[in-house]
Amino acid sequence: MDFTFISGQLFTGLSVGSILLLAALGLALSFGLMRVINMAHGEFLMVGGYLTYLAAQWAGPTLGDAYLWVAFPLAFLGAALLGAVMEFTVIRRLYGRPLDTLLATFGISLILQQAARQLFGSTGVPVTAPAWLGGALQLGDVTLPFVRLFVIALALIVLGGMWWLLNRSRFGMHVRAVNQNREMAAALGVNTRSLDLLVFALGAGVAGAAGVGLALIAPVNPTVGAAYIVNAFLVVVVGGVGSVLGGAVAAVLLGFVTALAEGFTSVSLAQAILLVLVVAFLQWKPRGLIPTKSRALEEA
Amino acid sequence: MSKLRSVCTATLSLVLLAASSASAQGTVKVGVLHSLTGTMAISEITVANAAQLAIDEINAAGGVMGRKIVVVKEDGASDWPTFATKAEKLLTQDRVATVFGGWTSASRKSMLPVFEKNGGLLFYPVQFEGNECSPNIIYTGAQPNQQALPALEWALSKGYKKIFLLGSDYVYPRTANLILKKHIAAKKATLSGEEYVALGGTEFSSVINKIKAAKPDVIINTLNGDSNVSFFKQYQAAGYKASTLPVISFSIAEQEAQAIGTGLLNGQYATWNYFQSLPNPANKKFVAAYQKKYGAGAAITDPMAHAYMDVYLWKAAVEKAKSFEPMAVRKAIVGISMDSPLGRITVAPNGSLTQAVYTGVSGAGGQFRVVAQSKGVVKPEPYDKLAFPGKTCP
Repeated sequence: MDFTFISGQLFTGLSVGSILLLAALGLALSFGLMRVINMAHGEFLMVGGYLTYLAAQWAGPTLGDAYLWVAFPLAFLGAALLGAVMEFTVIRRLYGRPLDTLLATFGISLILQQAARQLFGSTGVPVTAPAWLGGALQLGDVTLPFVRLFVIALALIVLGGMWWLLNRSRFGMHVRAVNQNREMAAALGVNTRSLDLLVFALGAGVAGAAGVGLALIAPVNPTVGAAYIVNAFLVVVVGGVGSVLGGAVAAVLLGFVTALAEGFTSVSLAQAILLVLVVAFLQWKPRGLIPTKSRALEEA
Repeated sequence: MSKLRSVCTATLSLVLLAASSASAQGTVKVGVLHSLTGTMAISEITVANAAQLAIDEINAAGGVMGRKIVVVKEDGASDWPTFATKAEKLLTQDRVATVFGGWTSASRKSMLPVFEKNGGLLFYPVQFEGNECSPNIIYTGAQPNQQALPALEWALSKGYKKIFLLGSDYVYPRTANLILKKHIAAKKATLSGEEYVALGGTEFSSVINKIKAAKPDVIINTLNGDSNVSFFKQYQAAGYKASTLPVISFSIAEQEAQAIGTGLLNGQYATWNYFQSLPNPANKKFVAAYQKKYGAGAAITDPMAHAYMDVYLWKAAVEKAKSFEPMAVRKAIVGISMDSPLGRITVAPNGSLTQAVYTGVSGAGGQFRVVAQSKGVVKPEPYDKLAFPGKTCP
């Protein structure tokens, strides 16, 4: 265990944390703020990946590696639209019925997986990172691949954008008001229906954009969403349901724990160690790292 | 009274039996049992297609002993208990003469007791970890000594002495690596690391960091499915390429190579009993027929070629036994030899194939170019002598 290896693992922790964060940020909106247990969240990430592939197919021949800048808005809007449709047709009819929502969204996730299989085949589609992301930054003996740094930057940008939107914009104020006390917010003139639609679509859109980043280092195929969904919920729950900042801290923390466990034991053991630690942590702090405080009765 | 009842039952069952055999006049039922949905569908659908192609060809040529083959297709749904349930259904309700199916070792191990209990016969087309030898299964994919060990020998012959083992976390990679480790030690080579990642895992930072620290000459890769895409993307991002750190894979064939993308896989190695690029006439005919039916760009892989040939092996064994009875077919199949897309193969007494082994290098369009092949054919050894001393087939 020399210095190079340990610094490499620390970078791994940061990198894993950024991926966890990207996977969880959209969920922090839909599950964190709206309490919708959306089992199809992973499929929004998948949709983002497929839209990256389509962007590369359509824009690649003319724009070359700049297709990536087409992929982000395309994936964001495409996933947001899908989220809006899903909210309007299914989720909105099931508010206050978490178990039914869970089943319905699980069904939707299966439908979306099969749709991807029908449209693109059961084999995944190839997405390769642009050439300018191909190199690596060399810090002494530690290699920091550009594509990893890019994903870290993307996670920070999306996190910053969401923080600004929720804490500095009028829209964000409404979202927080509804999250704290739905009836009171509605009584004060917030249109909760359209707000629900917007927040859910935004969560889906954020997941879609995150899917672009994930496509650069992981596969794009019908079942890839399932690889992220558990970790995404883990991040939101450990961070504290309802707290975007808590989610960010949790993602980085879980990333470092994973990296250290993988570094000092074996990769196959690390996941089990991580889950044991999370269970122990939730016994100690059942409401997560940064619990949201509310005076609403059901939270008491 | 009880006597009368038993006579009635006997008569009734005789009538039913006569009726069922009358309706089956001129046909014979076989089962095709693969995952058509779920995570394994990506690999298994095309294997089921290859078996179907052989069945269609045989039917067009007049069937088996004058009988047309009727396929009962079932979906194992990538769920191992489902494989057992569907196998039971095929054997007891459909009363199929044989079953072609399975991919993962987990699915095979869940079907095995069903076939042994009902006296059925399963043709299993995929490379596997050995250490199993049921008289009710014809294992046509590579035994460890027909894929893993030849790959190791080839790596050592190229001067690669420090070997890193990377695999998915389940029975096949762990058993294959157990055998490889014994042989690495016996050959005085160095095991520079061994890591397993959960099936479907997408994160390889730590693995790559460990590889960086261990500085191996070569990686022997038993990752399965899409984890390979993540691994090769992240391996390349870390600055590795085939010329600096070659990877020999056991679960990447033409189809997986297409999905991973030529850019990522170019120059990497795979070891199999079959490549689509093999130039023998039987293979040219098979590739043309498959692509005519399933699309001109369709990739063709080792398990598909095995599945295709399995149907012909079964036909030959039925005709030799002059019976569809599974155990008579099992007995007759030993010693059958044919020119298949894989080249010349022979069924050994243990129910596996004597077949050639090829190592190929990946190039354009997900195709592999053969760079090394075994001297002649290799006899199948289900139980490795170093890893499982003293164990033999029943």
